[in-house]
Amino acid sequence: MDELRLYTYIAVFGTFGLYFAIAWWARAGSTSDFYAAGGGVTPLQNGMAIGADWMSAASFISMAGLIAFLGYGGSVFLMGWTGGYVLLAMCLAPYMRKHGKFTVPEFIGDRFYSQTARTVAVICLILASLTYIIGQMKGVGVAFSRFLEVDYDMGLYIGMGVVFVYSVLGGMKGITYTQIAQYCVLITAYTIPAIFISLELTGNPIPQLGLGSTLADGSGVYLLDKLDMVVTDLGFKEYTTAKLGSGINMFAYTMSLMIGTAGLPHVIMRFFTVPSVKAARQSAGYALVFIALLYTVAPAVGAMARFNLMNTIEPAAGENLVYEERPQWFKDWERTGLLKFEDKNGDGKIQYVADKEANEMVKVDRDIMVLANPSIANLPNWVIALVAAGGLAAALSTAAGLLLAISSAISHDLMKGMLTPDMSEKNELMAGRITMTLSILLAGYLGLNPPGFAAGTVAIAFGLAASSIFPALMMGIFSRNMSSKAAIYGMISGIGVTLLYVFQHKGIMFIPGTSFLGGMEPNWFLGISPNAFGVIGALVNFGVAFIVLKSGEEAPQEIKEMVDNFRSPHGEVAAAHDH
Amino acid sequence: MSDDNSEEKILENQNSYWQDNLRLILTCLVIWFVVSFGFGLLLVDVLNEIRIGGYKLGFWFAQQGSIYTFLALIFWYSKKMGELDKKYNVEEDS
Repeated sequence: MDELRLYTYIAVFGTFGLYFAIAWWARAGSTSDFYAAGGGVTPLQNGMAIGADWMSAASFISMAGLIAFLGYGGSVFLMGWTGGYVLLAMCLAPYMRKHGKFTVPEFIGDRFYSQTARTVAVICLILASLTYIIGQMKGVGVAFSRFLEVDYDMGLYIGMGVVFVYSVLGGMKGITYTQIAQYCVLITAYTIPAIFISLELTGNPIPQLGLGSTLADGSGVYLLDKLDMVVTDLGFKEYTTAKLGSGINMFAYTMSLMIGTAGLPHVIMRFFTVPSVKAARQSAGYALVFIALLYTVAPAVGAMARFNLMNTIEPAAGENLVYEERPQWFKDWERTGLLKFEDKNGDGKIQYVADKEANEMVKVDRDIMVLANPSIANLPNWVIALVAAGGLAAALSTAAGLLLAISSAISHDLMKGMLTPDMSEKNELMAGRITMTLSILLAGYLGLNPPGFAAGTVAIAFGLAASSIFPALMMGIFSRNMSSKAAIYGMISGIGVTLLYVFQHKGIMFIPGTSFLGGMEPNWFLGISPNAFGVIGALVNFGVAFIVLKSGEEAPQEIKEMVDNFRSPHGEVAAAHDH
Repeated sequence: MSDDNSEEKILENQNSYWQDNLRLILTCLVIWFVVSFGFGLLLVDVLNEIRIGGYKLGFWFAQQGSIYTFLALIFWYSKKMGELDKKYNVEEDS
């Protein structure tokens, strides 16, 4: 066994052992442990757990790669996936914590005094979370298959097994403490290579500053200027100004990701685990500290990866890399099929240019940038092994959080809340564990047979949450009058419009060939891509709700009093855990 | 709570607490919008004329500055709300 494989096994299995040990130590004894970790998590711990919960395979593996190739256009992900925390901290989390329930649909059901509202919320939650989880399972499969050199299916089974052990056993409590460990693993794995690379390229060890520094080669040229020059010379768009579609599209995309963040139930649920309203506000801040650590490094990772890639292929203008002399990492990734070269002009050298006819790098998968980055920069093997463990931590922690959101919606909202209200706590805990197991099996099945749209799924999950759950929560908190009928019509029309738009451009139920308006840009409404459409769905949701409210009855007096109660930290928590 | 705090007074107190909270949220959200959608997206080309080190300013706001501002906003809001909770005597029962 070579050195790299040995290190990888140590890093991956060492961290897994740690997760299992934590899960055993923090196993759940009650439903309160299972859904909300007994309400005893400190803001700092919760912030870290939210960080891990939040940063998925998409953040860890894909985002920097996207930025590397989109340049400035990649900013939508950076702002979109952080800005939502401002909304959470001010507009949602404190009041929902005060109300003191376990799940998001339960809050919606209480506030809109309606089992129908609760059911609609459960359906929206499951749609958004399932869409999201497919991407995670895929990430787990890809990471395992690359680093442990097993095939994709096997990698997925191992991933399912690991999640099963600690989430079914520990519920929210086990997941919380495991996520804290996973955060530490993933942030170390992300920043160490970034520090090395920044130091190498610019002489500044802090990547956030390195990105704005001059190159260390003595030329005195700024890294970003040089990068702009290199890519425009080859016909690509200028790195620091390249837009993602139109200005409107970037605006809508950013807004959809922000409000989607604030509407995704697996994140909101985490705020139910802290002991007070004050702690809920603070933990949103801590969460963003831990998230920002990765998110402000990511643009440096992206730009430097692009720079190194360009530089490897064409060290100086006109001196292209000879294919036979390509480095080892190039060969490794060629073997996975994620990197492909075609010698179109037959000169034995690699030409990487924007013009499709002349470009010989026919495939450079964006997802390989973070994973390949340490080897491109010639970093030691233990760093590469660490990145493997980090990628797995990111994918597993998010998958566990999503699974918990789904299983609690089914066992707590549907079964305990509606079908069999007299279920004992012990049975509910058992039901929670069974639905968790079934969710893992379903997620695994979808990971093995991904509907042909896996690439764009994560962004669509945000659109679904943005157009259904976010507006309902906002109206429930900020409008005392908002009625159940208005909220229900709002949610259904919001998610309906969004799904319709996604389906008409990406195919009904994503089946290729059934998209009746075509997937292409000229047919997009105002030039907004399906991934960015959530904000329009949210506007429809708000609009419909207020029209229905104007033409019908307001919420009854006791509901208005309930709203007054959860708006203030003082006073009794609503009849919390006794129904 | 002493007896002279009539029901009405409590309601009034709650109401002005909420109004203050809304004002605070609005202030924060205006800043939130300006740094991200304003500086990072709508005004990016104008700001890109200005440079700090190797960064064009608009690009910096879009990829770095907005995130730092979000952070500052949440902690500032959290601190201010702590003060409001005290001022209106609506802190949590411990």
